[in-house]
Formats: sequence, C-alpha cells, structure tokens
Amino acid sequence: MTNPLHDLLSTRDWLLADGATGTNLFNMGLESGDPPEFWNETRPDNIRALYRGAVEAGSDLFLTNTFGGNASRLKLHNAGHRARELSRIGAELAREIADTAGRRVIVAGSVGPTGEIMQPVGTLSHADAVEMFHEQAEGLKEGGADVMWVETISAPEEFRAAAEAFALADVPWCGTMSFDTAGRTMMGMTSDGMAEMIETLPNPPLAFGANCGTGASDLLRTVLGFAAAGTKRAIIAKGNAGIPKYVDGHIHYDGTPELMARYALLARNAGAKIIGGCCGTMPEHLRAMREALESTPKGDSPTLERIVEEIGAFSSDSDGTGDQSGAPKRERRGRRRG
Amino acid sequence: MADEEDDIILADLSDEELVEQMFDDLYDGLKEEIEESVNILLERGWQPYDILTKALVGGMTIVGNDFRDGILFVPEVLLAANAMKGGMFILKPLLISTGAPRVGKMVIGTVKGDIHDIGKNLVSMMMEGAGFEVVDLGINNAVDSYLDAIEAEQPDILGMSALLTTTMPYMKVVIDTMVEKGIRDDYIVLVGGAPLNEEFGKAIGADAYCRDAAVAVETAKTFVGRKHNQLAAG
Repeated sequence: MTNPLHDLLSTRDWLLADGATGTNLFNMGLESGDPPEFWNETRPDNIRALYRGAVEAGSDLFLTNTFGGNASRLKLHNAGHRARELSRIGAELAREIADTAGRRVIVAGSVGPTGEIMQPVGTLSHADAVEMFHEQAEGLKEGGADVMWVETISAPEEFRAAAEAFALADVPWCGTMSFDTAGRTMMGMTSDGMAEMIETLPNPPLAFGANCGTGASDLLRTVLGFAAAGTKRAIIAKGNAGIPKYVDGHIHYDGTPELMARYALLARNAGAKIIGGCCGTMPEHLRAMREALESTPKGDSPTLERIVEEIGAFSSDSDGTGDQSGAPKRERRGRRRG
Repeated sequence: MADEEDDIILADLSDEELVEQMFDDLYDGLKEEIEESVNILLERGWQPYDILTKALVGGMTIVGNDFRDGILFVPEVLLAANAMKGGMFILKPLLISTGAPRVGKMVIGTVKGDIHDIGKNLVSMMMEGAGFEVVDLGINNAVDSYLDAIEAEQPDILGMSALLTTTMPYMKVVIDTMVEKGIRDDYIVLVGGAPLNEEFGKAIGADAYCRDAAVAVETAKTFVGRKHNQLAAG
C-alpha cells in the first residue's frame, strides 16, 4: 500500500510531528468548555494559524483540529449530527496549509476518544464505537487527510474499535494511547501490552505509540517499553511540555523549549521515529526540537537514570512492564461457583 | 486465586468468614454475591450501619488502596463499585429508617465542555463506598448547575472534575463565582482530573486537588472531620 506517510517513513530516520492544539487555541481566545472543532467553521483563520504554526516550526506531520469531533463528544454541544462535516472541514483547512508548505507535510486526521466506557464494564457497545469512529474517518478522508490518527486512548477495546472503523473507511492509520496511571493507561494497559495488541489487529497501524499522559519523562519510559517489546513498527512519541500550571488566568506548561529539545533527542535514542509534543508544546518548542534532531546524531538508547537526569523524575516507580511489575493481585481464599 | 475451586455456600459461613468473603467478592466485583451476603447479615440481625462500615466500606477500602498503589485499574474498580452499589441499594432505605449517622454529603460533576466522567464516576462510587451521600450532576456542568445544586442540597463538599486541558480552567470560573457570591467558604471544594496537579488546585482556589478516587476519599474524610471539629468548637 502506498501512502505519503509510508513513503516518508521509508526515506527518513525521524519525523517531527506537531505540538499542542488546545494550548494554542486558548492563546487565540478559545473559552474553556467550548468545543475547538466549531472553530473549523466559525474561525477558520485561527485554525489555519494553528496548522501554520506547526508547519513553519518544521513539523513534517500535523494533526487536524478534530480531536473531539466524534458524535459522542459533539453531542454535548448539540452537534452530534455534525461529526462528519466538522471533521471534513478541519481536514480541508489542513490540506490547504500542507499543500502550500513548499515541502512534503503529512495531514493526520485526529480522532480522540469517545469519552465513554465500553461494554462490558461500561455502556458503549463495540458496534456503536465503530460507527462513531467510522463516521469521523469518512469526514477526515473527504477533507483530504493522508492518514487517520487516533490518540489519547485508554481502553484497548476502544483502540480496536477505531482500527476496525479505519478498515471500513479503507484508510491507513496511526494510533497512540495515553499512559497516565502509574505508567499504564487509565484502563491498566502497559506499553508492552499495547505493542502486543497491535500485532493482533487485522489492519495494523503504520506507526503506534504514546501521547499526553504525565510529563515527558514518563512518556519516554513508555517508548522504551515499546522498543523492549521488540516491535518492528515505527514508534510515536508525543509527550506534554512538562506539567500544567495556572499562571495569571491561563494554563502554562512548565517545560521549556530546551527541555523539549532534550526530550526529542532522548525519544529518538529510545527508538521513536515520529516525535512531537502534546499539551503545552508550542511552535517555539517544535523549533528547538527540530534543531536538536537535525544537529545531533542518534545516540544509544537512554537508561531510566539518564532520562531522570536529563528531563526529570517519573511520576511512579514502576510502569507495570517486565519484572518490575507491581505487587501481585490479592489472592482469594476460595472460589465460589454459581 | 486459590487452587481449590470449591463452592462456598455463603449462608454456611460464620459472620467473620462471611465479611472476609465479602471483601473478596467486592474485590472481584461479584454483585449478586454481595447482595446475598448483605441479606444474610441482615437476617442474622446485623445493624445496617455495621454492614455498611464493617463489610462494604471495609472491602472498598482494600479496593481503593490497591487502586492507589497501581495494582488495580479502572475496569476492576468499576466492577467493585457496581457490586458495592448492589449492597447499598438494599441498605440505603434501612440506613435512613434506622437513623444511622451520616458521614457527609458531596455534590459532584464534570465541568462544562467535558464529557469525560470516568474519573468523576470513580470518585462518586468510592465516596459512596466510604459511606458518603453523593449527588452526581453528571457531565458538562455550567456554573449555575453547580450553584443551584449546592443551594438545594447543602452538601459538605463540592467536587469538580475535568479531563481535558481545554476544560480544566473552567473550575476557576466556578470557584470565582462562589467567591463573588460570598459562599466559597461554606463548602469544601475538591478538584480532580488527569491534567491537574496540586499546584493547579491551589492556584484556582480549591481546598485540595485529589490525585485519584482513593485520595479523594481520604481528603474528604479529613476535611469533613476538620469542619465538624470547627463547628463543635465554634
């Protein structure tokens, strides 16, 4: 299968992805609680500026402003029926910026979580999840996205539903999960668990990895987990620019461009091929990351100690992988049968 | 899991064994077993309040600790909480009719623009698991929704949750409005959600940030205890 991202991955050693969407839009006046996807229609120039910010800072790939563009999320704002349309418009604006960049830039159609818990623990059925993701994927495809990009997923079931939807839409895709709970996803999935799951999918992604979560150090530990699982696929690292702080009425992330540049080099050394930021990552961070990646040769994979030394401590002692997994689960004294 | 797969007949267990078994069954999220055990203890003449605190709260404390320590994760905790709920459904009317002491009351909701209610639901369930009365406002709450609810319910605690960086600043909007109306100090305000941290909680004027549902319960107990002491002293 030929695809612009596939081509780029086969000719380059690393790709710079983009940074934050929400943080950037806040700086342009988005009110807390308002859906960013509405701006695709009502304030397209702001969305163009968002995309251009990443492209001009050197990103080889950027995500569309469609993270919350599925029916489940838009329903909150009485726009559940507009998922396909708002996703399409978000991708069209992105296509326009990518096509006038003067170099090859990939448009990745962002697909965020539904926000619901899937059966059997929760209420969302597999079929409904697939349908929502499929609807959004069709919109992103119509708008000209090169590749689908599902991100910030916690539940393996939801990740699988997205993969199935992308098969229905017949589009290549990438996917990342968010490892924010003691090195695992909120639903308990470890990095090696994800690497294993990827190989069981009938339509595996072009690249997979981690985004958001808890600071850049934790994210790098997750990348090391993917690499240790022996994956042959391209690994994605999109970590937050530090930790959010509330300063003078707005959210500020404490990670400096210098820190994110060190993070980018460590991510590449750890085995990531597509490297970007997530919350708090602004164009100045991306510029510093690009410069560092271009001017520094790839080095040895970092140890956990090295990561702590260079960019700070982890949020938890263990991440549940390998022989460092936590205490054994509580043992029952006997089993009762119905 | 033990090797022997012997059937356990709940009604044959002594009180002490049955409570231990309920800890296991809560841990494994076995709702029917919990309901059956609650009914057995009631038939044996246990006070509803004792069943709540010794069996259910005791079992959920173990679940909460293992969740805090990264041994259990959200799916297991949701199942455990669901089993707890089955037991609470039986006990609730009896607790009211027997005039059992109240631990405290909380109004909780996810802020405007945020549909993510997984964390909020966990806190609700764990708070109920600790014996608190919880009024859950659901997702996507604007300032008025919080204010109306605290006026109507007069809770000890207001809890707010956000999962997105795009929605977390809204918590400050709610707290600022409470300050304007002069009611901020009438309530304990607790905040939580994946992108938050302690410093953020302080900066927006909350009483505390709670890292997870288990911490929320511990924090709530501490603050409510302190509040009761102040009232007693004043």
